[in-house]
Amino acid sequence: MIGFIVKRLVAGIVLLLAVSIGTFFLARAAISDPTAGLLGTTATPAQRAALAAKIGLDRPLMVQFWDWFRGALVGDFGVSWRNFQSVNKQIAIKLPVTLSVVTFATLITAVVGTAFGLIAGLRPNSLFDRIIKTVSVVLFALPGFWISLVLVVWFAIQLKWFPAVGYVPPAQSLGGWLRSITLPAFSLALGAIVVVAEQLRNEVIAVNKQDFVRTLRSRGLSRGRVTLHILRNASPAALTVLAVMFVGLLSGAIVVEAIFSLPGIGQLTNASSQNGDIPILLGITVVSVIFVVIVNFLLDIALGWINPKVRVR
Amino acid sequence: MSSLSVMSDLAPSAPRRRSILSRFLSAPAGVVSLSVVIAVIAIAVFAPWLAPHDPNFVDLASAKVPPSAEHWLGGDATGRDMLSRLIWGARTTLLGALVTIITALIIGAPAGIAAGYFGGFFDRLSSWVSDALQAVPGMIILLVVAAGTRSNFVLIMATVGAFLAPGYFRIARSTTLAIRNEPFIDAARVAGLTHPRIILRHILPGIGAPIIIQTALATGIAMGIQAGLQFLGIGAASVPAWGAMMNEGFRHMLSTPLLLLWPSAVLGITIAALAVAGSTLADVVRIRTDAPSARSSGQVTNAAPADVVTGSFAYAPEAAAVRVDNLRVRYAAGDGAVEVVHGISFDIAPGEVLGIVGESGSGKSQTVFSILDLLPTGGSSSVDGMWIGGQAVHTMSPRERAGMLGTEIGYIPQEPMSNLDPSYTIGFQLTQPLRTVHKKSRAEADAIARAVLNRVGIVDIDRVMKSYPHQISGGMAQRVLIAGAIAGRPSVLVADEPTTALDVTVQAEVLELLRELQAELGMALVLVTHNFGVVADICDRVIVMRDGAIVEASAVETVFAAPEQNYTRELIAASLDDTKGRRELDAVHAAQTAATA
Amino acid sequence: MANPILSVENLVVEYGDPKRSFRVLHEVSLDVGVGECVGVVGESGSGKSTLGKAILGLAPVRHGRIFFEGEDITHARGAARRRLASSIQVVFQDPYGSLDPMMNVGDILSEPLEAAGQSRRMARSAVAEMIERVRLPASAIDRYPSEFSGGQRQRLAIARALVRRPKLIVCDEPVSALDLTTQAAVIDLFIELQRDIGVSYLFVSHDLGVVRRICHRVAVMQRGEIVEFGEGEQVTRAPAHPYSARLLLASPVANPQAQARRRAAWLALREADRVLPAGQ
Repeated sequence: MIGFIVKRLVAGIVLLLAVSIGTFFLARAAISDPTAGLLGTTATPAQRAALAAKIGLDRPLMVQFWDWFRGALVGDFGVSWRNFQSVNKQIAIKLPVTLSVVTFATLITAVVGTAFGLIAGLRPNSLFDRIIKTVSVVLFALPGFWISLVLVVWFAIQLKWFPAVGYVPPAQSLGGWLRSITLPAFSLALGAIVVVAEQLRNEVIAVNKQDFVRTLRSRGLSRGRVTLHILRNASPAALTVLAVMFVGLLSGAIVVEAIFSLPGIGQLTNASSQNGDIPILLGITVVSVIFVVIVNFLLDIALGWINPKVRVR
Repeated sequence: MSSLSVMSDLAPSAPRRRSILSRFLSAPAGVVSLSVVIAVIAIAVFAPWLAPHDPNFVDLASAKVPPSAEHWLGGDATGRDMLSRLIWGARTTLLGALVTIITALIIGAPAGIAAGYFGGFFDRLSSWVSDALQAVPGMIILLVVAAGTRSNFVLIMATVGAFLAPGYFRIARSTTLAIRNEPFIDAARVAGLTHPRIILRHILPGIGAPIIIQTALATGIAMGIQAGLQFLGIGAASVPAWGAMMNEGFRHMLSTPLLLLWPSAVLGITIAALAVAGSTLADVVRIRTDAPSARSSGQVTNAAPADVVTGSFAYAPEAAAVRVDNLRVRYAAGDGAVEVVHGISFDIAPGEVLGIVGESGSGKSQTVFSILDLLPTGGSSSVDGMWIGGQAVHTMSPRERAGMLGTEIGYIPQEPMSNLDPSYTIGFQLTQPLRTVHKKSRAEADAIARAVLNRVGIVDIDRVMKSYPHQISGGMAQRVLIAGAIAGRPSVLVADEPTTALDVTVQAEVLELLRELQAELGMALVLVTHNFGVVADICDRVIVMRDGAIVEASAVETVFAAPEQNYTRELIAASLDDTKGRRELDAVHAAQTAATA
Repeated sequence: MANPILSVENLVVEYGDPKRSFRVLHEVSLDVGVGECVGVVGESGSGKSTLGKAILGLAPVRHGRIFFEGEDITHARGAARRRLASSIQVVFQDPYGSLDPMMNVGDILSEPLEAAGQSRRMARSAVAEMIERVRLPASAIDRYPSEFSGGQRQRLAIARALVRRPKLIVCDEPVSALDLTTQAAVIDLFIELQRDIGVSYLFVSHDLGVVRRICHRVAVMQRGEIVEFGEGEQVTRAPAHPYSARLLLASPVANPQAQARRRAAWLALREADRVLPAGQ
């Protein structure tokens, strides 16, 4: 088990390094002259040269990379090219908002997706199964921001159940915080719920057909206990999908935050992209991949617990 | 099937395999969704001729006007014609999606096929890259790319394609791998085909459908991402785009909701149509593997008349351990149902071993599943009466009936490895029924489990209790399953081909064990098999089944010494234990040839 | 055997990389004569299927040599291996997986011929002849594998193996997935084809009855080694090696009295093994 954990940790670190390096050079390749975005089209060549010197663009690319990478290794992502404030601090301010929404959305996805998938899978082709299937086909494909717009129009503007825009920190009001992240979380979760439910449904059907389920029943076990056996064997695929969905939720949050005017990472990403503020973009990329690595690591441990073959190997 | 019937066995009017396309088009969802997709494509292609106005012509007098004869869908915030912008937007959307899909397909599919077919280092490397791409939040990277080239939409959509490539990679790889492991690929290699030829002829035809399904879904996703990017303000301002229109509509949502409604509806319908088309196609392709419908109210096509019953009783009702009267089993098939067991009656005395023999499709396994009341999904059985251990189970509620399992009836399955839950230890699987069904304490259950394991001949009990199924051998797994079947001290044991999956040396051990246990515990044993050697070894009486009916039922000596039916004789003769050797056969053949010459 | 068509010498097959390899065959030697059927029997894990795969070039040979008509084909790859396709063919166990479900019978059977450069028309007429040879109706040519029963598919697999007129067919458990009566018919077809065409078989099976009927000589394998190799009659009725004897006594006979005697003999042997564990 320990060897298994170490192996997964190393894999996560390798991924983190690869993404950091890849993104740095991708960003620099995509942006030929960062000063154009930072200063706008009205700036004189002299102003631009001054800024370039200030943020170190006049040095060789590899030197710039090494500078950034050394900092990143110890968790220091440098300063913004626009306001010269610490990247870490800016991300730290925005992160709780995005994490609130994404974590809430992941929880909703896990709970509702498992329930729907299990019910549909235990009774394939029942009315519930067919309704879920029809709805899921469409919900899966529709982008989260499109769903957000529908939810905003319906629940916030017409029914006025939830605020349409804005974020309330939990320290200020726990209820207000929940209300402010409910619509964004649901907009994100709806698409993910159906994916998890569909995956679990198919796995439940497949496991239910396996011989050992009949044998368990033949031993006189109750329906509930047999269902637990089925669920445990069906869950690895659904868990894997849930982890993939987490990455998708991080992506989706960027547009959804724009719709709900949430002061989160998405907003920061979008603003930095408009300005060409590369240090912030790089910081955000690395931080979000760290979260993905953590989630995948938890997933691996869960899979190892569920499936003894993985653990023993 | 004897060699004579080989000629006539082909059904003369076997239905032609209908093409996937025609099955797709006979589904209403398929026709509607495909029509929508084709309409969107046509609109995008013919945009210059279809659009009534210049999509970028600003006419402030028409700003936010409601739908009219001049502007069918009204004007936008700066008075540009809504309909024309939507039509030109279709072109933008489709071009963007095309760039994405082509990129994803070119990167993903060939790499997936190569990885699945050749395996090895390339497989490991490309799988790692694919997993890594999936672990990166794509939207962030897209905004990094967009930071420099906010209006270079082709580059951005190609980047989207890179993030969708893992989808193609995985599906191409897994499909290739599945086909690669089929024996017909080995056969093709032995037949002298080159690798490119094998990929072309055997792999690619199998990959087409999954790739098209994936493309339908990926196109929808690409359109969604594209609209999301446009919503964030990425893309050239001069090009009409649905996402940008939604952004504008969103800003004027409270005053002019139509500005948001039109582009949202168009985007939503297009994506939904793609999703439905993909899902319908997926259903059509896997139609044969789908679970049968749970409702089977329809006609039974081949039911035997209700009064035709094969088989008979050998014992008085009160003397039988199991008594089955007029059992019928049917399966849902399409709109109707097919009967696979056509009314059979039999019984078995306590302490007796009854063999049920027959070839595949004879209904022998369906018969034991009916006794257990554990028919697979879609199957149902009916009886005039069924008694187990003297209790009339046909009058019981399903709950009471389920209560017979594990207490009155024990079950030994065919395939040892697939009948143990891979996620739990052997110890847990043996003790769970004892604790929850027989209400034993943890310590009692543990002691009983160890005792039965000892009885079935397992030496290393501590290790086996802690092992997972994949850590023990097939022969040992079958002993564990036998231990589980007898742990509840049932009066009847049903065994479905309990030795078929085992090697002969293990089979002999397991048969010996069954014989000993049956004698020791005085159980009635119903043993399903296709092997007359097994019958001769262990059975007291035999039922021979064919096509869902009992053709013969007698004591084991009678069946072998003087079978009533030709079919039985043919079956026994087909067991080759007593066959002439090859040299002998050749000598006979040579003599015959010489005689005729 | 004066001029064996196939001879295998000290063959070693190992899977996995050299550091953590798993040896499946240990120094296996055997030969097959022209027009002869040699059986290989054993239980699962004995390596009997691997031996067939190695001859076909589908298993990694570490040491030893395989000669076909005197030519060393142990490591024949690429074009050399494809040239062998005209001489060595195969029939697999699984009658469902061994025919591509997307192709019709005509295409499946003519594929080996077209791969060898024959014209489509000539291939078709050869295919029609083979379909007749394996006793299937001529109309089979336009049908798909899913329309055939297990026994019929196995006939198709035999026809595909025969279209290039090979000299040797490796038969890997070709009848063990079939019902008993179907199995008997397919075995008789194998025998009849061998008499007519003179092809040689290497016949892999777990069933002593089957190999007794079809094989002239039989090799018994246990844990990757051949423990006994001799006349089929002798090996399957009066085996010399203790393992072969155990194998024979463990197979139940379809005759209650004979089986009672065989079981008694098996129990006695088992008792003896317990006193003096096998292989000591």
